Amino acid sequence: MTPAWTAVLLAGVGCLALKVAGLAMPARVLERPAVARMTMLLPVALLAALVAVQTLADGTRLALDARVAGLGAAVLLLRLRAPFLLVVATAAGVAALLRALA
Amino acid sequence: MAPVPLVESDAATPPAGRRRVIADSLGVGLATGAYGVSFGAVATASGLGVAQACVLSLLMFTGASQFALVGVLAGGGSVPAATGTALLLGVRNSLYGLRLASLLGWRGWRRLGAAHLVIDESTAMATAQPDRARARLAFVVTGGSVFVLWNLSTLLGAVAGSALGDPRTLGLDAAVGAAFLALLWPRLTTGGLRALALVAAVLALALVPLTPAGVPVLAAGGLALLVGLHPRWDPAPPQPGTPR
Repeated sequence: MTPAWTAVLLAGVGCLALKVAGLAMPARVLERPAVARMTMLLPVALLAALVAVQTLADGTRLALDARVAGLGAAVLLLRLRAPFLLVVATAAGVAALLRALA
Repeated sequence: MAPVPLVESDAATPPAGRRRVIADSLGVGLATGAYGVSFGAVATASGLGVAQACVLSLLMFTGASQFALVGVLAGGGSVPAATGTALLLGVRNSLYGLRLASLLGWRGWRRLGAAHLVIDESTAMATAQPDRARARLAFVVTGGSVFVLWNLSTLLGAVAGSALGDPRTLGLDAAVGAAFLALLWPRLTTGGLRALALVAAVLALALVPLTPAGVPVLAAGGLALLVGLHPRWDPAPPQPGTPR
């Protein structure tokens, strides 16, 4: 099996198992305050790190390129409460345009 | 509109109330399901096959984890790093399931089937309803419509993405960052959460030159777990009058 398939299947089954576990587990397990706090904080920290790495990292080095302009456009549109698809498409469009001009 | 299977009719809910729930849920389903196009396109442009993108949407079916898996793999991350990031992002669905178990009150195979539809949107729509009948209706219509559309639009995007050529020319690498930001944006409801997001981003960037790809994001997850140990970080929503 290729590494990509291994990751797809492992993470896919794992994420489904996490959903089943939540519905099947006794309420007290996840109602512990520390667990509830971590569950709320995890997506915030992970998504913020993914935004940063996806925009400023190139492999294992930092790089400033057209992606930053794309993210800037996304920030602007999110502040204007634009829908998800418009935000994502505009970010791609801005980065593509800058690269075409360069 | 035809009655929705799985949902028991409830004489206490007036038909107008049911229609309203169905309309609202379908609206959320349409809006969310459509952006599977961006996932499909990004996945194949990042090097996954069409089949892999579609299996992710069918099996994993939780957007943030799917984007994360693709993003970490495309950035050169290892299988454990990509899998670990996707799973950590999926942990919140466990908490949703816990809340939904008592709200929906399903047992046996119905509960198992419901588990697959546990995502941000179906949970938000179900928990916003005033009673169990409407919560079940909102959960099934939202989760079901997102599932159908998300998978169709993933296939569409994946086929288009694999035909598009170099993802950088099209700015698809910038689209991934924007997708993560759009997923993050509605979660930044308090000053504390915005501060955590900033520290997590800085920590990840600082680790990029020092660690293998994928590790910086996992480290940010570790930071969240450490911060969560501290009781000051109350997950309760901000009270009215709290500055946002």
